[in-house]
Amino acid sequence: MPPTTPRPSPRATPAAGTGDALESTTRAFDANTRRALADTNLQDALARLSHGFPARRRDAVARMPEFEQLRDAARDIKVHVLENLDAYLERFEARVKDNGGQVHWARDAAEARDLILGICRDVGARTVTKSKSMIGEEIAINEHLENNGVEPVETDLGEYIIQLRHEPPSHLIAPAIHLSKTQVAETFRKVHEQFPAERSLEEPRVLLDEARSVLRSRYFEADVGLTGANMLVAETGSVVVVTNEGNADLTQSLPRVHVVIASIEKVVPTLEDATAILRVLARSATGQEMSVYTTFSSGPRRPGDLDGPDAYHVIILDNGRSKMLGGDFHEMLRCIRCGACLNHCPVYKSIGGHAYGWVYSGPMGAVLTPNLIGLEDTGKLPNASTLCGKCEEICPMRIPLPKMLRHWREQQFATRQTPATSRAGMKLWAFLARRPALYRLATGTAMAVLGMLGRRRGRFRTLPMVGGWTAARDLPAPQGPTFSSLWKQRNGGTS
Amino acid sequence: MSEARTQILATIRGSLKRGSLPAEGQAALDQRLGQPRSGPIPARSQLDPVARIDLFVGEAERVDATVDRVAGAAEIPTAIATYLAGRNLPGIIKMAPDPALRAIPWSENTALSVTEGPGVGDDMVSVTTAFAGVAETGTLVLLSGPEAPTTLNFVPDTHIVVIDAGCIAGTYEQVWTEIRAAVGGPLPRTVNWITGPSRTADIEQTLLLGAHGPRRLHIVVVENRDPENG
Amino acid sequence: MPEQPVTVGLFVTCLVDLMRPAVGFAAVKLLTDAGCTVSVPAGQTCCGQPAYNSGDSADAGAIARQVIAAFEGVDCVVAPSGSCAGMIKHHYPLLFADDPAMAARAEALAGRTHELTSFLRDVLEVSDIDVEFSAKATYHDGCSGLREMGVKEQPRALLAGVRGLTLEEGAEAETCCGFGGLFCVKYPEISGHIVDAKVDDVMATGADVLLGGDLGCLLNIAGRLKRRGSAIAVRHVAEVLADATNDAPPIAEGNAGGGDG
Repeated sequence: MPPTTPRPSPRATPAAGTGDALESTTRAFDANTRRALADTNLQDALARLSHGFPARRRDAVARMPEFEQLRDAARDIKVHVLENLDAYLERFEARVKDNGGQVHWARDAAEARDLILGICRDVGARTVTKSKSMIGEEIAINEHLENNGVEPVETDLGEYIIQLRHEPPSHLIAPAIHLSKTQVAETFRKVHEQFPAERSLEEPRVLLDEARSVLRSRYFEADVGLTGANMLVAETGSVVVVTNEGNADLTQSLPRVHVVIASIEKVVPTLEDATAILRVLARSATGQEMSVYTTFSSGPRRPGDLDGPDAYHVIILDNGRSKMLGGDFHEMLRCIRCGACLNHCPVYKSIGGHAYGWVYSGPMGAVLTPNLIGLEDTGKLPNASTLCGKCEEICPMRIPLPKMLRHWREQQFATRQTPATSRAGMKLWAFLARRPALYRLATGTAMAVLGMLGRRRGRFRTLPMVGGWTAARDLPAPQGPTFSSLWKQRNGGTS
Repeated sequence: MSEARTQILATIRGSLKRGSLPAEGQAALDQRLGQPRSGPIPARSQLDPVARIDLFVGEAERVDATVDRVAGAAEIPTAIATYLAGRNLPGIIKMAPDPALRAIPWSENTALSVTEGPGVGDDMVSVTTAFAGVAETGTLVLLSGPEAPTTLNFVPDTHIVVIDAGCIAGTYEQVWTEIRAAVGGPLPRTVNWITGPSRTADIEQTLLLGAHGPRRLHIVVVENRDPENG
Repeated sequence: MPEQPVTVGLFVTCLVDLMRPAVGFAAVKLLTDAGCTVSVPAGQTCCGQPAYNSGDSADAGAIARQVIAAFEGVDCVVAPSGSCAGMIKHHYPLLFADDPAMAARAEALAGRTHELTSFLRDVLEVSDIDVEFSAKATYHDGCSGLREMGVKEQPRALLAGVRGLTLEEGAEAETCCGFGGLFCVKYPEISGHIVDAKVDDVMATGADVLLGGDLGCLLNIAGRLKRRGSAIAVRHVAEVLADATNDAPPIAEGNAGGGDG
């Protein structure tokens, strides 16, 4: 087996004095891409993903004849919520308080980190168990806790693996999708020093059982359990968390304190609304009809309860989302983080999640990331798409992702963030395209020359100025005369 | 009210180009919350009671749960003892302190040793009830409470759920209606939907059961039929 | 078929105009054979999609105005490309959000714009294509044609009438080929990776001809097939349907050798 090369990847560092959390490598997108394409472990993993998730989704959809109606209903719920977001958040807050819980509001990542750390300090927490949360990644909570003497323990298997490897997740729902079992075994052998060094770790089952046994005691030791939220239910003040492993349930039912971190757009009106969205979530994500564990938690333990946390906190995070409302990226706030757009994206399936350089990847990441950390550092992302439309076709919430990728490109062009050479080339081409006679003269001459040069072989292996094309493929030669010149001849100079 | 709260709500309103919702808008939301509406209901769950229970069993088995159908409560101890013995599992059970479970004649089966309490570290097998089943996906709905500690659903390696066939509904929505009627106030601390045993595919997309929660989910459906004619 | 001859303005598309006029003439023949009166308005160059997808909405809008004006006199606009037809049909109206008069003209044009094979099949209800082309073919669904214009069954239904032709579907026929307009030159490594997967899928069908309805995709796939030394011939579907395969060698093949299959 080849040795594992460490992956240069986004390094989590709380940036002092700003809301930004995770240092991004989005600027290095091109270099990230080349590395990803050359990484055989990653390419094997992406091939497994490409053949797994989409086929399972297709089967699940085939079993549910009402799937398109369910998508419409799920979209409509979020459309309604976003129009009334302030009012639903206020109602959710009131119900959580009625249930005996506490609600905190955080404008940005730094405020959210401080709130969580404050809760941990108030109870003298030494260990925090965590169930996978993209918001947790977004605010880089683990590093903040570590730097302040609180040990965070990821409990989702994939998230646990990448925590041990000090890597960010490469997929919304399968954070360690980029790794082979051999890489996982190497990591466990290095970190789990309590087991015999020569033990066999070849099978995924053995790896899982080892992680299960290690994490078991961590669940019971933890003082605080930190989870994300798939939804917040305004009607009942409930937090909905979905997992297949059961880790979120052990995380929220064993420690003394349960802390939920959720972004503002997660709220839905009623339990029925949550249910409608759950019907499309797992089918879109993993192709399951329903995830194994869907938990609606409403406050701390009740009188007479034999288990459950004594304290219950919900932190509601904005981090730039309230500004997305009402604008070009409003519809992105419908996203339920199912990962379907990643699984079906030809670009994601080529380069994986890390190349995108920050927490979110794939089409949803290319739209969302510039909203959260700025277009200046992330300008490559919305351009790295063929706009093939597959993401919009399968998005359970019918988010028009290609349209929003184009919005970013428009902003870049309008604010002159498009590279000068591309801009000049586009302007020259558009100048010609708007002058049909001149255009025909210029293109007619060029094609005649190329057609003559390429007549015998019908293609070029290399040609000046088209290195981008000929790096991977031959350039088909034009026939020679253009259609417009031939048409003119055929019709005696008229159209 | 925190400054953050005030500012977030103000930014939301600014982005939506309005102030606080006017009274009629507020009333419309309260009405929507007070009278929850169902979305589209998949046709596959709209069945007569017999077919509904069959669908529940089929869907639960499809997601790797095992199902036993027994005629009445008296058969439960033997059914569970047989299930455990067949998998070389110990007959040591941690049971939810639920009156319905206490009414089961456990002592008639000497292979079983039953204690009560929440789930703790070395519990191997738990037995709980479920508030309802959902035929659509073979999902169990469990409510927490003094008689139903949540940890029993997650800590033991094997989770056995006893459910009355009459509690199996077609859809989740029907169960929400029943829960609201039953609790008449705030939801219990947790409502757990459980659809099969714990699993993960985080290593090379290989599906493995028993990630952190139970490796096995065994459902005992009590049909309350006359055993002579069953 | 309608009583009065339908007047069709052919939107040639810039790639057909420059790279492969044979496709344009094949389209004219198919439309004429189906009873249409075909014109080629002189004011056209390109649909403006390269500018539009680069965020240059000002130039895209200017080019759109030109196209809208050029095609106002015809009953229908037909393009031998799902991508360019999709641009006119779905994106032109969005370019004039601030100009109601232009938006109305764009909407009117959008309502009359069609992709070639779907126009032949769905509007003209062509069912009897009387040609012979002996080949085992596979079909690539161009993304915009498939997702914006609903082109899927129409070319297959038309090809079903071609004598000697059998169609072997690729498992990934609907997956993007990685062309993406300027994407393929801005992100050549990713594009190369995507087209390689497409080529694998095409080769796995055992077909000796790849057909499709969008020249951009076909140039991309043909370029990669030839780079990998494949003998699979690549053609626009219109060339086969119009019995025009003798008018030009397959895409990326020269006069020096190699015909179809």
